[in-house]
This record gives sequence, structure tokens and C-alpha cells, in this order.
Amino acid sequence: MNVARVGLWLGLGFLYLPILLLVAYAFSADRIPFQWGGFSLRWFVALAADERLIEAALLSLRIAAGAATLAVLVGGLAGWALARFGPFRGRALFGALIGAPLVLPEVVTGLSLLLLFVALEGAIGWPGGRGAQTVLLAHATLGAAYVAVVVQARLAGADRSLEEAAMDLGATPFVAFRTVTLPLMAPSLLAGWLLAFTLSLDDVVLASFVSGPAGTTLPMVLFSKLKLGLTPEVNALGAVIVGVAAVALGMAALVLARVDGRRGGG
Amino acid sequence: MLRAEGVAKRFGATMALDGLDLEIAPGEFFALLGGSGSGKTTLLRLIAGFETPDAGRLLLEGRDLVPLPPHARPVTMMFQSYALFPHLTVSDNVAYGLRRAGVPREERRRRVAEALALVRLEGFGHRRPHQLSGGQRQRVALARSLVVRPRLLLLDEPLGALDASLREATGFELRTLQRATGAAFVMVTHDQTEAMALADRIGVLERGRLVQVGPPTEVYERPATRFVAGFLGGANLLSGVVRPDGGVDCAEVGCVLRAAVPVTAHPAGAAVTLALRPERIRMQAEGAQPPEETNAARGTVAEVAFRGELSTALVRFDGGATLRVSRPSAEGAPERGAQVTLTWPAEALTVLAD
Amino acid sequence: MRDPAPSLPVPRRLAPRRLAILLPAWAWLALFVAAPALVLLGIALGHYDTGVPPFQPPFGPGGAWQGTFANFVAIATDPFYRDSFLRSLLVAFVTASLCLLIGYPMALAIARAPEARRTPLLLAVLLPFWTGFLIRVGAWIGLLRDEGWLNGVLRVLGVIEAPLPLLYTSLAMYVGMVHAYLPFAVLPLYATLARRDPALEEAAADLGARPAVVFLTVTLPLSAPGVAAAFLLVFIPAAGEFVIPDLLGPPEAQLVGRVLWGEFFQNRDWPLAAALAVVLLVVLILPIRLFQRLEAEQR
Repeated sequence: MNVARVGLWLGLGFLYLPILLLVAYAFSADRIPFQWGGFSLRWFVALAADERLIEAALLSLRIAAGAATLAVLVGGLAGWALARFGPFRGRALFGALIGAPLVLPEVVTGLSLLLLFVALEGAIGWPGGRGAQTVLLAHATLGAAYVAVVVQARLAGADRSLEEAAMDLGATPFVAFRTVTLPLMAPSLLAGWLLAFTLSLDDVVLASFVSGPAGTTLPMVLFSKLKLGLTPEVNALGAVIVGVAAVALGMAALVLARVDGRRGGG
Repeated sequence: MLRAEGVAKRFGATMALDGLDLEIAPGEFFALLGGSGSGKTTLLRLIAGFETPDAGRLLLEGRDLVPLPPHARPVTMMFQSYALFPHLTVSDNVAYGLRRAGVPREERRRRVAEALALVRLEGFGHRRPHQLSGGQRQRVALARSLVVRPRLLLLDEPLGALDASLREATGFELRTLQRATGAAFVMVTHDQTEAMALADRIGVLERGRLVQVGPPTEVYERPATRFVAGFLGGANLLSGVVRPDGGVDCAEVGCVLRAAVPVTAHPAGAAVTLALRPERIRMQAEGAQPPEETNAARGTVAEVAFRGELSTALVRFDGGATLRVSRPSAEGAPERGAQVTLTWPAEALTVLAD
Repeated sequence: MRDPAPSLPVPRRLAPRRLAILLPAWAWLALFVAAPALVLLGIALGHYDTGVPPFQPPFGPGGAWQGTFANFVAIATDPFYRDSFLRSLLVAFVTASLCLLIGYPMALAIARAPEARRTPLLLAVLLPFWTGFLIRVGAWIGLLRDEGWLNGVLRVLGVIEAPLPLLYTSLAMYVGMVHAYLPFAVLPLYATLARRDPALEEAAADLGARPAVVFLTVTLPLSAPGVAAAFLLVFIPAAGEFVIPDLLGPPEAQLVGRVLWGEFFQNRDWPLAAALAVVLLVVLILPIRLFQRLEAEQR
């Protein structure tokens, strides 16, 4: 049925048209976004001079890197436990808790984490104000859920007897983990890290709830700007983000192709 | 009723069917026999309409099938996996084709009941396919294909997914059903015993070509090529040189081979190959009087294998040949290393085309 | 070579090591997932107060009960809150349905594509994820507003004279929602459709079904679990969505996410916001459980 094929291309057109137009009009000199006023880089120049935006972007990158790393640690352990530990005590609750941030609406997660931070602050004096640190913890909680799913799926697809074979061949459990399990998990850990990193960079709801005056992330700035409508600077920022994402994805694709080629050859 | 004329189909670099001609008679049970990659399933899919031939014509009662989409062809297929709809009950599976044909509800119910009775599955109508055994599923698939009264039923390895113990009985049932419905059956199989047991005629496919077509006894007794001789029951192949008197000098077994059909197609001095069925050979122990027979040779028993009803012996000759000999186990097995005399009638030898 | 026969029995489970792995994970989950839920419920039972933080916990000093169910009563009785829930469920339902309608043909076309092209096509569907959620919403603002691209194109074509009011309408909101959630729908649909047995579709055609009938009687019913999963995967987050209705939707569309946000940030009524979150959670628990059951069955 060719209806489906037509639908696919229309759907892809719908997904890409706004993004492509956004990138194209970032190079327009006109003050009104999406109006062509001749080619110009002036909005990129204006963007580079916007200190508040750049500061927020750098903070967002730092938070995303930290949150992704923490998420890989927690989510990696949890995913491994779910895939390999069999029916341990409290397994159902464990699975429900690790997966909860995946299915809860962001406003619920954001509000409940904020209330937790406030309650902890009152009870034990930690975390001592809200800002980058609390955003990082909130994003790590969200990211860990995704990492756990990815890692669990990867290990569930891999033969369990690999580890047993390693131990049978004389490896201690620790050596078996280091030489067999960890390499097996590695691609999913990397994928999970990237996923958690992007989620953090993209989040505005959790951050708005748990952040304080000292922790304004890039999406928070963007959101407050978009409340007033689209400006040419934001348009230019969009083009930069799309460009960075395209370059990063291109590089990832190249690396993957190289790895695949090596595997195929060897 | 079905005619294939010069049908060719290519997948990438491989020629699945290479200019195939075939004629199926009404009410005939025809078996397409071949190994994997011989093109037998491709031919079935071309007839059903899931593939389009690159060249040639497919005529059903004189009407060209090729331009018709699968749903418009008066042909049904029984899939190797049975392809039963898992979301429908047995009854709804069987009724599927009737519903598409717009058969009214009452008649539909009656015909579904008849079809289920035909395959002895009365009372199973409300089950789902996953609640049935393999044999029962096979019968549902059969009922689903037959209930629409196709002129031609295609069967893709119909017994392939069944346990060995079920195959023979199911094979007999297929035969009975085919006679009862009067539809032509075209079955694809890689199992020569299945083909010989069920079919009126067998077509042997090798690399996209039909190398021999005929009744089972003919194909079995008189294989046309080395491939057919080897594929159907592992005939012994003997090579030799044609003598001016029509015999064949066979150095391998150290005797002159005399076939009932003279080797007239080959001039004296030409190299030929002959096929000899293992069960046509008689074996006599050393010292016993061999029966008067046209062909006789002496060798040594190298190996004996018990195979239930039959036993197979490998007999080695000084000339280098090893012949397989089968005989009923009840006749007793020869000793390994025993000297024996092998004899066989002239009719047992077939001269091969290649 | 080692003799395989006397290989030492390897202990399959090493309890202390497992504990060392499970303990930190449990601690994290207790602190950042379980505890916040309990705190949320607690504060939903608390009183609004003008202090910092702006509430009275439900249990006073010494554990004495001083809580209230007033917040929940307000949500149940005040039409403003009740309607916001109904409206949110409607928006989520429409969004999920639109995503299915658009996503199903896409997933089917990818599943039917030659094997080598499936992964690139799937990536093409997922790629917009990496361009930033807010940036994509921003692009729609640029496209849909009065002096935006779409109105400009329509004017140049002579279709309209005065700009159509597109932005800050339900239409804009749905366009933005579908744009954001479409990939969520395509993934589970593709996962189901890629696993379908082509022989079943062939068998249906063989028995006389035209392509459209094959689709309706075989392909579609067999993909029902994927359809349900895709619907829920969009419905659940869409029900609590705040950003898109706020940036693209009409100002009067008071959805739960927006109401909750307003109670929290503008009215600073934390207990009421918490109670809204709890009710939203209760409303969504059924679809969430359903989704998790489907996921478990698909494995």
C-alpha cells in the first residue's frame, strides 16, 4: 500500500519543515523572524554578545554533563541488577521506582522533587539553597530511569552464560565483570549517557521547579524569551543548536560506521 | 489446467527460475521436488501472485494469471508456517475467505462446519490457533484453504512442520482430501519419500530448471540425470565406456553392464553413466549358487547398516567402486568382510543423460 | 588445556557483592523517587500559609495532626479545577489520536521498507528530538504568528488578505503537541509492525482480501498492542504538558499543567499545587499501569 509511503514522507516533511525554515531564516537580516531581509550574520553576532544567554548555556552544559554521569552510575547499577540478579527481594518495587520518572508528568516530578528539597532543607539543612546542584540531582533522577531501561534491554539481549563461561574459565566474579559484563554494557552506558545529557539540556519544567536564583539554565532563559514571542536572537540560537546537534550526530554516525566496519572485517 | 510457459524469475544475481515450462492437469496431485534454492517455493509464490515473473506466462484454464493480484486469483495456498491468524478463532480463520467472497452468513456457517468436519476438527471452532497442536493447526490451514473451493491448491512443505510420527498418517489424509475435493494440488517438498507417496506426478527442480517430470515410479526407476538419481533414494552411479555390441565396460566393478534399453544414443567408445537402485541388487554369499542374471559382479562387504525394515550394505570392488545394496532385514545380514556376488536384471540399469 | 571435568563449582550468587550494588541504588531511589512522592502527598494535606516555605505541614510538632483535605475538596468541587482536568484529558486524547493517525502510516512504511533502509528512516523520525524541544516550539511561533511565515506565504499566494489568527489557538497547540510527541508514537508502532509475519498478510490476500481489507482485518488488529502502547506513551505525558499549551495555546485554555504551574509560581499555594499533582497522578495511574503491562507483554 503506497498510502503508507506517502504518509511517511508527509510526516517527515511535517517534522522537518519548521526546523529547516528556522535554520534558513537565522541568516536573514530582518528584525522580524521568518521574514527574509537579505543574508546577514548579524543575529549570530548579537547572540555571541548576549552574556546572560552564554552564561546560561555554559551552566546547562555543566549540569548536563554532571547529571548524565551520575545517571549512568545509578541507572547502570539498577539496570544491571534488574537484568542479572534474578528475583531479588523487593524487585517489583525497585523496578517501579526506577521507571517512575519515565511515566510521571514532568510537573509532578518537578514539584515533588522541589518539595523534597525544601523538606530536607528544613530537616537537616541540606542541600543549602536551590540552584545548579538541585537541578543536577533532578536531572540525574530522570536520566537514571532512561539509562536503567537501556542497560537492562542490552543485558537482557546478551547471553547470560557469557559471564558464567568466564567464571568457568577461572575468572573471579570481579574479573568476569570487568572483562565480560562491563564491555557488554559499555555501548548502552554510552548511549544512556548521551540520552541523559540531551534530556538535561532540553528540560525546562524540572529545572524551573527545583532551581533557584543562582541556577538559570539555558532552557529557562529560552522559555522566558519565548513567552514574549520569537526573537531573531532566539532564531539564531536555534540554528546554532541544530548545527551542533547535526555535527555531533554526524560524528557519532561516522564512529559507529567505523566500529561496525572493524567488527565486520575482524 | 495450469500452464507455465517459459517462466523466469531472478533475485539479484541468482536465477530462481530459469525458463520453466509445466502443465498441471485438473484434479492432479503434483509434487515439486527439489533442494533448498532450487526455486520450488518461488514457483509456488509466482502462481499465488506474491511474486511477479520476469518473463513467461502463467495460464489458469487459458486465462493469464500474471496481471491478477493475489486476492483475485482462484488459487489458494497453504503456507509452510500455516500462517493462521492468531487473533481469530479457528472458525473465523476458516471463514475468512468466505467472508471476503461475500458468502451469506448461513451458508458460511454451514461450509465452515463442513470444512472442519472434513479435517476432523468438529468442536474446535472456538479455539485460538495457539491452543492447538501442530497437527491440528495444519488441518485448520488446510480447511481454510479448501473451504473457498479453489481450482488449485498450493501446498508449501505441508508436512514439513510435523513430527515424523504424524507425517505418514497426515500424508494419507492429504491424499484422501484431494480425491474428495477434486481440486488440483501442487505441493512443494524437499522430501522425496513424501513426494513419491502422495503425488500422481513429480517434477524434479534443480537450480531453477525442471530436470524430470513423470509419475513417481518412472522418476524413481528411470532417473534422467545424475541429480535425479542421487536425489531420489540415492541410486548407485556406475560409469563406463560403451562397447560396439551395446554393452558397457565398467572397470569400477570389473564387469560388462548390460541394460535392457540399448545404449543406442551413444556411439561405441563414449563414456556413459548408469544408475542402479540399491534394492534392485541381489546379494549371494560366497559359495552359494547365484541366480542366472544378465549382470553379475563379485565384491567384499565393507559395511552393514541396519535401518529397520531394510538393511543397507556397502560392497567394495577391486576396481574401486562401492555399491549400496539394500535388502529386507528379515533375509539376514551378511558378515563384514564376506565375499559376495551381486546380480541385477538388465531393466534395473538406467542410462543417464549426463 | 584444562581438564573440563573437575571444574570447580562456581557460586552463582554472591550475596555481599549483590548487596553492595543494590544498596546505593535502593538509597538513591528511596531518596529521590519514593521520598518526594510521600512529601508531595504530605504537603497536599497541609495548609497554605504566608511564611517561607508557604505552607503548614499536616503534622505539627510532636506529630499532632493539623492537616486538611480542603485542597482535594476544592479540586473536586470547584469547576475551574475540575474542568482543567477534563480539558487536559481531552487534549491528551486528541493529541494521542492525531499522533496515531499520522504515525501509523509512517511506522508501517518504515517496517515495510527494505531492511537496509529501516534504521536510517527510523533515525530520521527521531532526529528532531536532538534539535531541542523549545527551539521547535519557537519555530512554530515563527511559522504561525500573524506576521509569520505561513501567513506570509498564504498572502503571497493570494489565498488570504488579512493574516489568519493561528498562534495562541487550539490549532497551534495541537500542531505543537503532535510535532513534539509524534516520534513517541512512531517508535512502539514500528516495534510492533517490524515483528509482524508477512505470511499472514499474504495468506489474507490469497484468500481474496484486497489490500485495504488485508490492512483492516490482519495488519491493524495484530498491531493492537503497539497502537495501545503508542497511544498511552503520548497520552500520559501530554495530559500533564505545560510548556506547549503555555507557549502556543490560547490563554483561556486552562490545562492541569498550567493550573498547577500557576498555583505554584503565581499564587504560591504549594499545598494546592501538590494536591493537583496527586490528583493528576491518581488520574494517570490507570493508563500508566496499562502501559507497563503492555511493555512487559511485548518482551
